[in-house]
Amino acid sequence: MLPKIFFAYFAFAILFIAMLVVTRKNPVHSVLWMLLLFFHIAGLYLFLNAEFLAAVQIVVYAGAILVLFLFVVFLLNIKEEIKAKRFINAWPTGFAFALGIFFLFVMTFRSYIAPPAGPYTVEMVQSESNIVVLGKILYTEFLFPFEIASLILLVAIVGAIVLAKRRLKS
Amino acid sequence: MVPLYWYIVLSAALFSVGVFGFLARRNVIIMFMSIELMLNAVNMSLITFSHYLQDMRGQILAFFVIAVAAAEAAIGLAIIIALFRNKSTAHVDEIHEMQG
Repeated sequence: MLPKIFFAYFAFAILFIAMLVVTRKNPVHSVLWMLLLFFHIAGLYLFLNAEFLAAVQIVVYAGAILVLFLFVVFLLNIKEEIKAKRFINAWPTGFAFALGIFFLFVMTFRSYIAPPAGPYTVEMVQSESNIVVLGKILYTEFLFPFEIASLILLVAIVGAIVLAKRRLKS
Repeated sequence: MVPLYWYIVLSAALFSVGVFGFLARRNVIIMFMSIELMLNAVNMSLITFSHYLQDMRGQILAFFVIAVAAAEAAIGLAIIIALFRNKSTAHVDEIHEMQG
């Protein structure tokens, strides 16, 4: 019973905050609500025995990505932003589309059949700790994708500098 | 034990909120934040399946999604800065140079 109450709290908080994020007029408020949302999602990850990803969620999303968003929001003209319209004129189409996608996902899941469970039971992972198990898989089976991820991040760094750099007039 | 179905419905609902935000908002930054919402919804379903199917590879996949999301945020915000420098607006309905 208690896990269900916890889950219900997290689910309603996550959905409510997500709606606040997409409907606030002031982008700074949106970013700050999103910070709260990421903390709630990290709490849900702890609930699913994913301790390392809960930490990564807070460090990468709340610590790095949201600060980046906040920096860019401060470059915009917020006084003008508060007066302007929030949604495009065709927003009901977007709403209908989102509702359709939701029902599509829920209906698709009705025909889901669970495959046989893997070897990583909760007891096995807890006896070795989540991060050890994760590291062992990441550096053996997923070594090549891991190297590609580092290359993607390198390209992103170079690309961000090239795109945001002011063009010099020669 | 919380049923798997509840997590999937939560993940689908979060994804739909992200889709709505992406399609309906005028502000480019909020649209980018909606993309992050959608990525988070996908991560949540990956980790849920990883827990319920007792397979750690779901968590590895979520790890890669987070790495790609970080790269995407850096590139996307650089594009927004370049856009704002040239057009001094963050509203997508005022940017129609490509006649899209």
